[in-house]
Amino acid sequence: MTSTPLGYLTADGARAAHIVPLTWYMLIVSILVCVVIGVMLWHGVRRARANGGDAETRAMPVARGSKGSHWISIGVLVSMVPLLIALVWTMVTLAAVAGPPSHPDLVLDVTAHQWWWEVKYNTDDPSQSFTTANEIHIPVGAPVLVRLHGGDVIHSFWVPKLAGKTDAIPGQINLSWIQASHTGRYRGQCQEFCGYQHAFMAFEVVAETKEDFEAWRAAQLRPAPDPITPAQTRGQAIVEYRCGLCHQVRGTHAAAVAAPDLTHLMTRRTIASGRLVNNPRNLIGWIQDPQGLKPGCLMPNQYLSAQQLADVQAYLVLLR
Amino acid sequence: MKEPDFRTPRLGTESPELRERLHHIWETEPGLKGVFGTTDHKTIGIRYIVTAFIFLVLGGLEALAIRLQLAGPNLSLMTPEQYDQFFSTHGMTMIFLYALPILSGFSNYLWPLLLGGRDMAFPRLNAFSYWIYLAAGIFMYAGFVLGNGPNDGWFNYVPYAERNYNPGFNQDFYSLGMVLLGISTTVGAANFIVTAMRTRAPGMSINRLPIMIWGTLTANAANLLVVPAVSLAFFLLWMDRQFGTHFYDPVGGGQPLLWQHLFWIFGHPWVYAVVLPAMGMVSTGLPVFCRRPIVGYSVVILATIATMVLGFGVWVHHMFATGLPGLSLSFFSGASLVITVPSAVAVFAWLATITLGRPVVTTAFLYFSSMILLFVIGGVSGFMTASVPVDWQLTDTYFVVAHLHYVLIGINVFPVLGACYYWFPKMTGRLLDERLGRWNFWITFIGFNLAFLPMHLTGLFGMPRRVYTYPDGMGWNSLNMITTIGSFVLAVGLLLFFVNVARSLKSGAIAGPNPWDAPTLEWSVPSPPPPYNFAVLPTVASANPLWEERLGEQRTRSSIDRGMLLDVGKESIATTAMDGVPDMILEMPEDSVAPAVTALGITVAFVGMLLKSVWLPAWGVVWGGSLLTLIGLLMWLWPRRDLREREPAERGPADRRRLSGEAVA
Repeated sequence: MTSTPLGYLTADGARAAHIVPLTWYMLIVSILVCVVIGVMLWHGVRRARANGGDAETRAMPVARGSKGSHWISIGVLVSMVPLLIALVWTMVTLAAVAGPPSHPDLVLDVTAHQWWWEVKYNTDDPSQSFTTANEIHIPVGAPVLVRLHGGDVIHSFWVPKLAGKTDAIPGQINLSWIQASHTGRYRGQCQEFCGYQHAFMAFEVVAETKEDFEAWRAAQLRPAPDPITPAQTRGQAIVEYRCGLCHQVRGTHAAAVAAPDLTHLMTRRTIASGRLVNNPRNLIGWIQDPQGLKPGCLMPNQYLSAQQLADVQAYLVLLR
Repeated sequence: MKEPDFRTPRLGTESPELRERLHHIWETEPGLKGVFGTTDHKTIGIRYIVTAFIFLVLGGLEALAIRLQLAGPNLSLMTPEQYDQFFSTHGMTMIFLYALPILSGFSNYLWPLLLGGRDMAFPRLNAFSYWIYLAAGIFMYAGFVLGNGPNDGWFNYVPYAERNYNPGFNQDFYSLGMVLLGISTTVGAANFIVTAMRTRAPGMSINRLPIMIWGTLTANAANLLVVPAVSLAFFLLWMDRQFGTHFYDPVGGGQPLLWQHLFWIFGHPWVYAVVLPAMGMVSTGLPVFCRRPIVGYSVVILATIATMVLGFGVWVHHMFATGLPGLSLSFFSGASLVITVPSAVAVFAWLATITLGRPVVTTAFLYFSSMILLFVIGGVSGFMTASVPVDWQLTDTYFVVAHLHYVLIGINVFPVLGACYYWFPKMTGRLLDERLGRWNFWITFIGFNLAFLPMHLTGLFGMPRRVYTYPDGMGWNSLNMITTIGSFVLAVGLLLFFVNVARSLKSGAIAGPNPWDAPTLEWSVPSPPPPYNFAVLPTVASANPLWEERLGEQRTRSSIDRGMLLDVGKESIATTAMDGVPDMILEMPEDSVAPAVTALGITVAFVGMLLKSVWLPAWGVVWGGSLLTLIGLLMWLWPRRDLREREPAERGPADRRRLSGEAVA
């Protein structure tokens, strides 16, 4: 079902894959129950002896009828069978998918903010740690532990093809884990109502080969490249004194952490938490009018002149 | 020293003079005093029903606006802020201002009639409960009209509802309004419980109660226990917002999950509270059209109670994704799966009643019987969310939206519409039109399923709930369009219902006392019933008093035409809780504006509490309202000699026998 990026009737990761058969079992049992009850109801109503109003009702004599309590006992006994199977299967699946792996290959700290995702690749060595946003890269096949932090209000971390939801709640750290079976991009989405832009609080998980992942990690560790042309230099100045109030571009004076890290902005496929494909045109459209694209989001409109926008664009496309 | 004060009620049969005497004692004064002072449960019941239907229409219009916004991807009919208020107000309206009040309305109207009494146990409390409900509804809607409606969904998670993320008045309107509404629900629940336990007809022992009573009784027992949790939750939220307490604020050592626990400890039993009485309606109405008593009377009642008891142990299934430990998740998952068993009992009892009976298809029958299927669909989708791992995927997607609409529309609105067709003749003396009724039913049924059956798929394809719009290319476009079309068809169906009511009120066929030849006591009195309900209080010998002759189930017969007269004052009879043996004459209070004054005082105080954050003198309004409340309470509770309850005298077994059913028969 490639047409449903958030559908969960298929899976691409170990954790979600465990759940799929149980989901199908419960779905099929549910549909069967509805069909059986529907047929029984239809059968009962079809026997109706009259169709009309009060006169027809009064005309039909009242009788005690047969006791019929075996209907209840047999009905309940039969329903107990799929129910007990579901109960046992649920517990078995829960045991398989609940616990985070004891030896994860990678540990991520993900903080959910209104309305974007901060992703930290923390290691014991600060020089090997970095922060990015809205795009999570993981090596394929490796179990990855995700520690979820609540930045402001409650959000929920969900990558349906890889794992079910876990809430990110301020004041506590929840654990989730993901593992991708194939390389590819998997869409994730905030799943707990969190305010105006809940609808567009998406992210992507990129599963790639070990080599690609290491290359990506090495690239992310580097500071931002220096500007070369005069336009880029002017653009950097604007980014530092305007964007730098909230954003960070490592290696420059833009060093705030209230909004997504822009150091390697152009390596990401989307901007504005999955709202737009990341290309230079969308980028300046977004910078100029975030409130038009995502009403209520925390980024203010910039009202830059055409020259300033061109300079900012020239600088930002450098950030690979 | 207590003086023995014992009077034996006179027995007799009805006569025009008796009716005239009772009418004089019981009728509500015309004019303003009557409007604000009436304690007649029938008037109050109809007020509840009409008010709740008005809220249903408002909530429905909000839903249509929501569906227009979601008809296609990236639409911008509403801004996110407007959308948030619309969906939250829609939820608040349907769940708090429609779903329970409509059932309270029917119960208020019907209970004394079903039980063979002349009013609820506490008629003034009953009036008070309605006034507070009306005030709370207006209070919360005032916020919406002023652009400050609730904006965090009906379950209002913190910290988003806290002041630093939600600085407007929105949450103050909602939290104070909910505390206010809680007063209404709580006193109403107490009234229902005492009414069911103590004001039944002589001989109506606990095993002869109409099932309708059981549904509402169980629901209200639950409400009495759980409403304090939600009132507390909202009160603490208001304290956090207005006085800087930190109950839910993690920075100050508070706990956001505390809100979720308090809310769902209330919220889940509440879900059962808004469906069990409706299931009771089906269990009462459906057998009449199957021309036989319900199959498994006692088992169905036990299942009702079991559902409610288990209902207290499933609230965490709303919180499976919040990071609770696996052991507690398994417990709540198990309980949530097991709760389907008592529901299965009800389903098979209804199916057996239809199959083993002689069904007559009427509009009411169509609503009641189709409810069985909708109940099963809503039930099995609930069964799916009960499984923790599956729920981790399902929760907060449109699958849950589909599920809860099958529960609330399927198990509340459908039985309620059926109940309207069934009891409208009792309330107005005129039948609803059956031909228009068929159109009404089929369009409603088709529209509802067209809107919400495909929505399960929308959820399985991963559409999150509470999004003001959605991107293209997610596989949700056509499904959403179908749902939008279905919702408009559903609206047309409901519109036909209101047309039918309006037309039949004027020109419907005259019903007579018992148009459906139904077995319960309300059908033994004229339609609409006189202010005193029963001219002579009936004595009951079985669960189907008007069918006894034909069912031939036992030797003794109920006595409808002959019984206690109680015509010397505004009186009714109290009976013992289990056996229904009469043990006290109830002196019923006269009409009074005290409940309305008290309700007004409380409301004024709440308005003051709302305004105080921007306008400090509003504290004066709080004090003014409190003073008015005090005046109302004094008027209400001022001791009066003629209202004292008589102490039962020492009685021998002979007295007991004389007063119980067998002696009368």
